[in-house]
Amino acid sequence: MLTRRIIACLDVRDGRVVKGVQFVDIIDAGDPAELALRHAAGGADEIVLLDITASHEGRATLLDTVRRTAEQLFIPFTVGGGIRTLSDAAAVFDAGADKVSLNSAALQTPELISAIGAEYGSQAVVIAIDARRDAQAQDAVRSARVFTHGGRRDAGRTVVDWAREAELRGAGEILLTSMDADGTRAGFDCALTAAVSRAVNIPVIASGGAGTVEHFRQVFTDGCADAALAASIFHFGVSSARALKEQLAAQQIPVRLPC
Amino acid sequence: MVTVVDYKAGNLTSVLKALRFLGADVGVATHPETLATATCIVLPGVGHFAATARLDQSGMTQAIRHAIARGVPFLGICVGMQWLFAGSTEAPDQPGLGYFSQQVTRFPADHEKVPHVGWNQLEFAADSPLLQGVSSGEYAYFTHAWRAPVTDQTIATTRYIEPFAAACQHRLVCGVQFHPEKSSVVGLKILRNFLEMSTC
Repeated sequence: MLTRRIIACLDVRDGRVVKGVQFVDIIDAGDPAELALRHAAGGADEIVLLDITASHEGRATLLDTVRRTAEQLFIPFTVGGGIRTLSDAAAVFDAGADKVSLNSAALQTPELISAIGAEYGSQAVVIAIDARRDAQAQDAVRSARVFTHGGRRDAGRTVVDWAREAELRGAGEILLTSMDADGTRAGFDCALTAAVSRAVNIPVIASGGAGTVEHFRQVFTDGCADAALAASIFHFGVSSARALKEQLAAQQIPVRLPC
Repeated sequence: MVTVVDYKAGNLTSVLKALRFLGADVGVATHPETLATATCIVLPGVGHFAATARLDQSGMTQAIRHAIARGVPFLGICVGMQWLFAGSTEAPDQPGLGYFSQQVTRFPADHEKVPHVGWNQLEFAADSPLLQGVSSGEYAYFTHAWRAPVTDQTIATTRYIEPFAAACQHRLVCGVQFHPEKSSVVGLKILRNFLEMSTC
């Protein structure tokens, strides 16, 4: 049976893992390569590395980080952050990534999705969407909007529309982050995740809000998520992916065990 | 030495890394001449079946056909496995190698999401040295929308909507639909088994 994936996410800045709490407070949590291997050994099904380095010099650091991380990592490895062109993507693939995650660059240049897909396959293109509900709207889920620049800029379109367009242009997966839930540890935005998951025929990875095992169970059932991503709950020894999956399996969620 | 075929489509890095991690002496073939002396061959997976046209154009198809006839062990991964079949509805004008006579077809729509992405179980259908040390029911990582039918040469099936060929083998020609290079300990065992089958 196809299992639900637990994906460990590493937010990296200047070669170090950090984790934003609602994208603001930053806490240093270690070396990305070391943490990626630790998560893989701990039973994670996949690793996502999101680079939030702003500087140009940071790009070289990122490629070195990707190379070191990929060296002994034999589970799927996605890299995102600052990938704006086909050649940016090529450098990240050459360094050992299996998939790239595109966010604002795909909104600005949607052709980038098909360009990378043509070269590396659709499965290698993940579209990351930072979503925020419109509290004023009647249907806060259907009208949830796409944001860029760490949640500061409204991209001017709804999440469901953009997810559909990304799929049509050849995206392989959607990584949906709820800006409202991110960092709260109060649970995923299940309604929004379900709306996107039903709107597309490609896997949807839910992100933002993980705090307890129950949150994961909910997003895999009510949220129709194919995978769920978590960062901070793993870093500080609260739980491992294996422990999480054992508890999910006990509640009839299909997961990869033993792992 | 294990020779990995580079046909300028997709990403070789993960396959090379996994083989090197296992201690294999790894070479990359970009020209058919390189395959004339190969002692075992790996054809990695790519996104689209049409990309295998480059194997025909470069003369690689003929070189692989000759190598297989010489008894050189061969492992096709993902589209590399699909290419062993007669062809795929993904690119109807592009013939496969035809080592296995069936057609590769797309998962039926309207049941589950297509592509099939993630970790799914291998259910053993026959004894094979390729699967030694792995247990039926263990997981491998898949990402594909087309799949090969279950046949007499299927050594492991996987169920998604319906059972399909997850791994096939006839003599020293093997194919796996999943990505052993991304399937953690299980995948590395299968790659090691292939290297041992072929003493590469």
